[in-house]
Amino acid sequence: MAGKVVTVTSGKGGVGKTTSTANLGMGLARLGKKVVMIDADIGLRNLDIVMGLENRIVYDLVDVVEGRAKVKQAMIRHKQFPDLYLIPAAQTRDKSAVSPSDMVQLCNELRREFDFILIDSPAGIERGFRNAMAPADDILIVTNPEVSAVRDADRVIGLIEAENKGPARLILNRVKIELVRKGEMMSADDVTDILGIKLIGIVPDDEGVVSASNSGEPVVLSDKSRSGQAYRDIVRRLTGEDVPFAPLEQSGGLLAKIGRLFGGR
Amino acid sequence: MPSLWERLFGRPAERESSAQAAKRRLQFVLVHDRINLPPDIMAAMKQEILDVISKYVQVSEDAIDIALHPSEGGSLNRLVAEVPFTKSIVAPPPPLDEDSDLEAPAQAPEEVDPPEAR
Ligand SMILES: Nc1ncnc2c1ncn2[C@@H]1O[C@H](COP(=O)(O)OP(=O)(O)O)[C@@H](O)[C@H]1O
Ligand SMILES: [Mg+2]
Repeated sequence: MAGKVVTVTSGKGGVGKTTSTANLGMGLARLGKKVVMIDADIGLRNLDIVMGLENRIVYDLVDVVEGRAKVKQAMIRHKQFPDLYLIPAAQTRDKSAVSPSDMVQLCNELRREFDFILIDSPAGIERGFRNAMAPADDILIVTNPEVSAVRDADRVIGLIEAENKGPARLILNRVKIELVRKGEMMSADDVTDILGIKLIGIVPDDEGVVSASNSGEPVVLSDKSRSGQAYRDIVRRLTGEDVPFAPLEQSGGLLAKIGRLFGGR
Repeated sequence: MPSLWERLFGRPAERESSAQAAKRRLQFVLVHDRINLPPDIMAAMKQEILDVISKYVQVSEDAIDIALHPSEGGSLNRLVAEVPFTKSIVAPPPPLDEDSDLEAPAQAPEEVDPPEAR
């Protein structure tokens, strides 16, 4: 078995990398895939708590890299999905405790046993970002339809291209469709136009995401949730399925389109 | 490129929506971010362009504006230089090669070898 390493990154912080990684990991496990998630945000450990696994951490990524623990010892198994594991970040160290080649080595080992290795990247474009990028086969850029987040995403895309990685695909998170319709928020079409990369998913802004993080049960598990549905679609696209986008959701609908026509852009 | 509205009614649409403004501003700033020309190189280029133009017309240096513009409708990105000038030829025509100096009368700028690149 040769698993795929999928890195979730963004440039800007707070756009939804950890939320997305948690949902995709669980969504893939729900389809019966063998999944391990790596929290590469050393010093700012978060994926554990969003996944509801915070109480079971003994060893972490830095313990593995520095040889104090075997990989198996640092992997926390999810109770509901026995084929889903997390390797948590160290909380009291900094990004320099791990190198890009450590990550490549670790992932090569994990590839033999898992279908998917998901890496939650820290914000920024420094060491932590390079650690998360080094082993990636597939890259997902998370951004929000908002000027600073899109600008930072473009910077990251440039760095990825410079390393001959990619092509990265885009998760547009926190879309407020009513605002898009009124021309007060950029649509997915606007953002992919600007960034020049393909879309893999559009996730609505949803209060349910916050309560899901509060309880440690990602939205992808709740059947009625709109954001959960968006993540389930992304999961299927990740496994290679062709899941069409609703045209309305992509462009913001007729009103936004007419607005663009008249505005000349 | 004029928008549909402008083509139909001959004046700009009332007001650009905030989403359109975001997109337009991002497209502008990303041309700069992507080309990543260090400021000193940008300044040197600006100076050279200015040097060439001021051989022919008197320019007002502080009003010069050189900016990179995003592509529109499939065109390439553009470097747009706006150089306001006061008078044509105040400066004498540039000296020609030293040996041809004597035969060279004052010339109109059109007859001087035009600067190469545009
Ligand atoms: N689709 C969404 N709707 C509402 N809130 C969201 C959404 N995605 C993320 N959030 C919230 O935004 C915050 C930052 O998300 P997080 O995943 O931690 O970002 P990052 O890992 O990129 O720093 C969190 O409070 C999270 O609950
Ligand atoms: Mg995070």
